[in-house]
Amino acid sequence: MKSVDVIQFSWKALSGYPTRTLLMILAMAIGVASVILLTALGEGARRFVTDEFTSLGTYLLIVLPGRSETTGGPPPLLGETPRDLTLEDALSLTRSSTIRRMAPITVGSAPVSWKHRDREVSVLGSTAELFEIRHLSMAQGRFIPAGDPSRGLAVCVMGYKLKKELFGNQSPLGEWVRIGDRRFRVIGVLAKKGQSLGLDMGDVVVVPVASAQALFNTSALFRILLQANGREAIPKAKKAVLATIRERHEGEDDVTVITQDALLSTFDRILVAMTLSVAGIAAISLSVAGILIMNVMLIAVSQRTTEIGLLKAIGARGTHILGLFLAESAILSLIGAGFGLILAFLGNWGLAHAFPRFPITAPIWALVAAVSVALLTGLVFGVLPARRAASLDPVQALSRR
Amino acid sequence: MIHLAGIERIFPVGDERVHALSNVNITVHQGEYVAIMGPSGSGKSTLLNIIGLLDRPDKGVYSLSELDTTELTDDQQASVRRHKIGFVFQFFHLVPRLTTAENVELPMILAGVDPAERKSRVQTALSSLGLSDRTKHRPDQLSGGQRQRVAIARATIMQPDIILADEPTGNLDRTSGIEVIQILEDLHTKGMTLIMVTHDPDLGKRASRRVQLVDGKISTDTGDS
Repeated sequence: MKSVDVIQFSWKALSGYPTRTLLMILAMAIGVASVILLTALGEGARRFVTDEFTSLGTYLLIVLPGRSETTGGPPPLLGETPRDLTLEDALSLTRSSTIRRMAPITVGSAPVSWKHRDREVSVLGSTAELFEIRHLSMAQGRFIPAGDPSRGLAVCVMGYKLKKELFGNQSPLGEWVRIGDRRFRVIGVLAKKGQSLGLDMGDVVVVPVASAQALFNTSALFRILLQANGREAIPKAKKAVLATIRERHEGEDDVTVITQDALLSTFDRILVAMTLSVAGIAAISLSVAGILIMNVMLIAVSQRTTEIGLLKAIGARGTHILGLFLAESAILSLIGAGFGLILAFLGNWGLAHAFPRFPITAPIWALVAAVSVALLTGLVFGVLPARRAASLDPVQALSRR
Repeated sequence: MIHLAGIERIFPVGDERVHALSNVNITVHQGEYVAIMGPSGSGKSTLLNIIGLLDRPDKGVYSLSELDTTELTDDQQASVRRHKIGFVFQFFHLVPRLTTAENVELPMILAGVDPAERKSRVQTALSSLGLSDRTKHRPDQLSGGQRQRVAIARATIMQPDIILADEPTGNLDRTSGIEVIQILEDLHTKGMTLIMVTHDPDLGKRASRRVQLVDGKISTDTGDS
């Protein structure tokens, strides 16, 4: 028996009973679609978090003053006050070959005013390299110029939102604003970037780090952002930072270095596990569809008993019958999977429109897995009915009307 | 040539064992026309099923063209049925969702015959039975006589040596019954062995040899083996 004929025969058998065929296809389609959609949602969540992290900057290391990990032993009697991170500390770090860029950060809060308008915002003291490290972009003007970081120029760069609130649609470039008790000339406006982990970059004003230190009357840095030379350089850079600071701080390990990659990969692992478990739950609906196929195929076998008897009488082997019924289950699950794909794409499209900020995309492996699992369930659950059909006694099958 | 020796077939019914056939010996030569007759429950159909390799005897030897069929596997028996035996049933047993042409085509599909050849053979078979204008009809759009003619076309499409008919007119009115019998007899005159189960004495009389079964045993056999 030719395989084309097997498929044709099974197809005619399926189209001969449209209601049950449609119901089974629907069950399969829902199973496949739910697997794909749920995986897409999980994958979307993962990408959302990853994107948030990369918007912080690539190959990023963050140096914080103080130690966050707890060490054993009794608490020190005199207390362990960590030394401040200073601008000199920060500058010493740039000597390591593993570090490409460095931006010291001082943060404070101060009123910003222009004419009669007044706003209390976060003041970010940093250097020109912050622009590259944080992947910022300008809407107008330019960023803080490069130069000796210990010299405090009286220039500032505004966040998008702050500029809107103070200047409206007017251009702020070249205007003098008052921050705290000092005057700064506006040289640029940051482009709209949105939130990046806690700090709204639209609602800040960026000034040179020395100016910020003078403004807040401090020599301490809030943190130091470092960009390593590449992914492989990150662990080396971390070591170099710790060694340099220890040397400068008289042998004390009193800074914490957070690498963005470590953070990111932890989140990544959690989210992948979540995606897989959600997909697993959805896979249960696929197996429900498989059991439905089995049930309906069993009914089909008893409905078509005389037909099976007849096929045997005109010379069909047991394997022929087995093949015919398995082909039916396979065709059902394939068509079901096809509709499931269409359903999943429609759902995906709908979700993407409803939540444009959330990157929903089904990964290719999910599509392949869903379709092959559908086919597999169809075949596995088709075996029992097909075997029952193949083992029917032709005399008894034909004696029924 | 069909040769049965000491054939027994026993069915368990509840705790009892019913002898559907006991010690049946019969030889049918190629081209014979045999009517198997007897009251219902006498084992006529069981005998026909054993000859048609749909059923296996519990005891005895059945050889078909010098081939001991009891030693064949299920698949080998299926192959013999496909190429050497054609069945005609009382209830036609056409596949309801397939058209006339597709029903007749079925045995050739199972045998893996080329599609182009299948089409032409179906056309010849149907036109020789006067069904050329019914090829696209489904069984429920045909009369009983037409359905049985389709069934005969299906039984003969593989050009078997033997036609086995189980009450072929049992479900037909008199006129179409006679029509069907004439078609079967035509096949016999072309050289096919025709074995027909019937309880109708008028039909039995038309056969050249009559085998009478009573309680699973052959009581009379007009032919001499």
